[in-house]
Amino acid sequence: MGGITFGYLARRLTVFFLTIWISATLIWLIPRVAPGDPISAMVARMTRQAGYVENSDVIIEGWKARFGLNDPLPVQYLRYLGNIIRLDFGYSLAFFPTPVNEIIGRALPWTVGLLLVAITITFLLGNFLGALLAWRQTPRLIKYIIPLGMIFTSIPSILAALFLIYVFAYMLDWFPMIGSYARGMQPAFNMEFIASVIKHGTLPALSIVLVSFGYWTLGMRGMMVTVEGEDYMHLARAKGLNPFYVLYRYMVRNAILPQVTALAITLGTLVSGQVLVEYIFSYQGMGTVIFTAIRNQDYTVIQGASFFVIVLTALSVLIIDLIYPMIDPRITYERK
Amino acid sequence: MASTNTDHPIETPFELARAETARKPKRMGRLNRWDTPWFNSKLITGVVIIGLILLIGILGRLFWNADLAYTASSPLNLPPVGFVNTRGQAGTWEHPLGTENSGRDMLALMIVGAPNSFMVGVIAATVGMSVGIILGFSAGFLGGRVDDVIRLLSDVSITIPALMVLIVIQALLKQIELTTMALLIALFAWPSPTRLIRGQVLSMRESGYVLMAKLSGASSFDIMFKEILPNLLPYLAASFIGNTTGAILAAIGLEVLGLGPQRVPTLGGTIYFAIEGAALLRNMWWWWGLPTLTLAIMFIGLLLINLGLDEIANPRLRQASQ
Amino acid sequence: MTESKEARHPVLKVRDLKVYYETPKGDVLAVDGINFDLYEGETLGLVGESGCGKSTAAMGILQLVVPPGRIAGGEVLLEGHSLLGLPENMLRSIRWIKLALIPQGAMNSLNPTMKVCDQIKDVIIAHEGKRARKDIRQRILKLLATVGLPGRVYDMYPHELSGGMKQRVCIAMAIALNPTIIIADEATSALDVVVQRIVAQTLLKVKQALGVSMIMIGHDMGLMAQMVDRIAVMYAGKIVEIAPVADLFANPRHPYSQLLIESIPSLKERKPLKITEGITHDPRNPPPGCIFQLRCPFVMDKCRVVAPPGLEVKPGQIVACHLYQENKDGSMVNVANAAGNT
Repeated sequence: MGGITFGYLARRLTVFFLTIWISATLIWLIPRVAPGDPISAMVARMTRQAGYVENSDVIIEGWKARFGLNDPLPVQYLRYLGNIIRLDFGYSLAFFPTPVNEIIGRALPWTVGLLLVAITITFLLGNFLGALLAWRQTPRLIKYIIPLGMIFTSIPSILAALFLIYVFAYMLDWFPMIGSYARGMQPAFNMEFIASVIKHGTLPALSIVLVSFGYWTLGMRGMMVTVEGEDYMHLARAKGLNPFYVLYRYMVRNAILPQVTALAITLGTLVSGQVLVEYIFSYQGMGTVIFTAIRNQDYTVIQGASFFVIVLTALSVLIIDLIYPMIDPRITYERK
Repeated sequence: MASTNTDHPIETPFELARAETARKPKRMGRLNRWDTPWFNSKLITGVVIIGLILLIGILGRLFWNADLAYTASSPLNLPPVGFVNTRGQAGTWEHPLGTENSGRDMLALMIVGAPNSFMVGVIAATVGMSVGIILGFSAGFLGGRVDDVIRLLSDVSITIPALMVLIVIQALLKQIELTTMALLIALFAWPSPTRLIRGQVLSMRESGYVLMAKLSGASSFDIMFKEILPNLLPYLAASFIGNTTGAILAAIGLEVLGLGPQRVPTLGGTIYFAIEGAALLRNMWWWWGLPTLTLAIMFIGLLLINLGLDEIANPRLRQASQ
Repeated sequence: MTESKEARHPVLKVRDLKVYYETPKGDVLAVDGINFDLYEGETLGLVGESGCGKSTAAMGILQLVVPPGRIAGGEVLLEGHSLLGLPENMLRSIRWIKLALIPQGAMNSLNPTMKVCDQIKDVIIAHEGKRARKDIRQRILKLLATVGLPGRVYDMYPHELSGGMKQRVCIAMAIALNPTIIIADEATSALDVVVQRIVAQTLLKVKQALGVSMIMIGHDMGLMAQMVDRIAVMYAGKIVEIAPVADLFANPRHPYSQLLIESIPSLKERKPLKITEGITHDPRNPPPGCIFQLRCPFVMDKCRVVAPPGLEVKPGQIVACHLYQENKDGSMVNVANAAGNT
């Protein structure tokens, strides 16, 4: 179905790289223009604590060298960008000399896995229910039941996480409260481990699905109503086609397109929400890494992990944007 | 056949519905003062919910000592009235919603915290909205290079997971004021109003009444503020509420991670302390549950307002206009 | 067309068909009791100004009225069988085989996410079951050739086609199953004049080749004159006159038909435009009596009280107007002329 034009590709790649560059710059710039020079203050804090921390001199020296606090600002900025492009975030301050990338590398698969599962379920379920809500042939009863399931819509996923953990883990003890798999288990590809991962992942995934599928339902219903009024729907009905065929090939197929665009737009919010949910469940993903680092004042890890999540988001958006022309035959031409 | 063929004004139900709304004021005037699209049940329910939360925040300070929201002002770990905590203590009317583990009164926390959380949202959304209106109108009206740049920047900003950037910044800033946090969040609150206004301006620019205004020699400024802006009102309102929701969400995220303002009580901060204090394991449900419930109600109120505004902005069937 | 009435039998009979739209302030009487027959192989034109209910009438015949619209009464008989009240699955099996539609709004009538071939294919498969892919391909290519489209259109998406091409795809689709009746709803209105001619010619050619019966809905009297055998003139939900095309153009009887014919621009002489405004009454509350009374230059007291019944003033020409009365001897008289105030 139609190749991607050069212009389209160029624009998407520009957005991708600008996203990363602007985020990196904001992260660097704002603390430096803030009153009271927070970076020097942080180094001072570290120096004060030096007596209690092993390797403290090395850490502080490494820190100073890394940020080149005595260099002029443009030099500092370029060095920072250079490090970031190479995805080099240095060493963890709290677990010196563990490289930040090693910590991230352990957590990233969990975040990506949970994200994929949660978003896939949310998107499919939400759109399916939205299509049912708008479809004329849907039984009345179903149309009354669906909105009841949407009461959690709009509530932050972190609050849903607290609620679920309390009811299903603490009170009912159906699911474990924390972690990604049972403690003491060795990660391996066997049934036992996979079962444990699923059991541990259910509540975190559910906290995301429960609060966000309603958005897709509402959006899909709106799009379906719009499609319902299109001329081609009229012709489809006149053709005497099977109603299920009309539903998926004419209605859903067209109504889903803006939903995919919306997915790209809301991905940043979704990822942020998941990071918080991971922290509530002590799930071994980026959320927990970031929170632990905040508590340990482990700035290099905070910076590296957050930046990785930003890159991950931008990359996902890029992938969605590159897939989009394959499902919307018009796109390649409109961009010209 | 909801067609774009303007030859058939009274042929389809959709066009009928539109003709209906267009004709209404001319023919019979308003039947009574309730006969306005703004009288929408979802919108009103939402406004009432948010109003009640704010009212409790404002009036609550008159009836309840707000100082109890600070550390060591009350006994520790008391349950709400009618419940008993794990140590066998019963709730008292002195602290009807209980207290937490550093001696803060939950009722006072709710009274002080809820308006704080809401305020962050409103400040961020107001700033974001103002920037969005300026950029959106510029992009839609000036077009060309200006439009290209603004569109690109808003595409980029909308991709950035704001929370991640804010985490890194706030982890360094340490001490932060409520308004500073709101302004930082506002950095990411402008793209959605910008996109919305740009799109609406583009479609309205081609519409009949704006062309008429142009032909009759109205200035761009007049057209912008007298013709287009009033028609954008429901969209702007919906976008404002959406932004408020998003900003509160971001603020809660930061607070729950312990990166929020430390000097003023916030709902997210309360949840942070509850998690840190192992409230879940100690079955102190009121500690995390009350701020969660308050926030949930607040978010439901905002969602209802948003849905109501959506119905006002698109009198049910915008598809006929394609 | 065949002259003797006995040789022609109607494939479609519409009797007192009513389609109303529900609004908060009462029903809009979009189609209010129309009657006509469609004979085998003939083309019937349905004309009238915007909003007179002609498209709604088509939807009523096709049983495609959607809420808030509803069929409020009457009868639609296809080859003697009533369509009203048929269950949806029965209707579905009749659709396109018996009744095909060439839609108005050519620009948006094709599904933007499906290739042309798939949109023609799905209707074939829906009604004839699965076929060998090669056969279907051959068939669709042949259909496209019939309407004068090149084979490359087969694999194209609607957005890659011009308006005229899209409309011809719609025609190809309409004849795919060799239907009994084709309803062409403003099939050419959205196109520019040159393309309009091409599409109209295609339509004519296809019609002649297939001998299908057709209802052509439109407001372009000039185009109608060339394309149809009989014309029904609609005004505000009612058919005010129905006549063979030559008779109607030569001698329109109803005041509204006269206005319509006079409004056709001519190069030879400049005529003042007669029709200046649309339907003037509220479609929810038509005035009692004749539907055209508010705009009729010949309006009489009787018109405000009694709705005029259809009267066959000449074989095949039926007019609903009080101006014409049947004399006792069976001859027709124009009341207005008789009174001497033309």
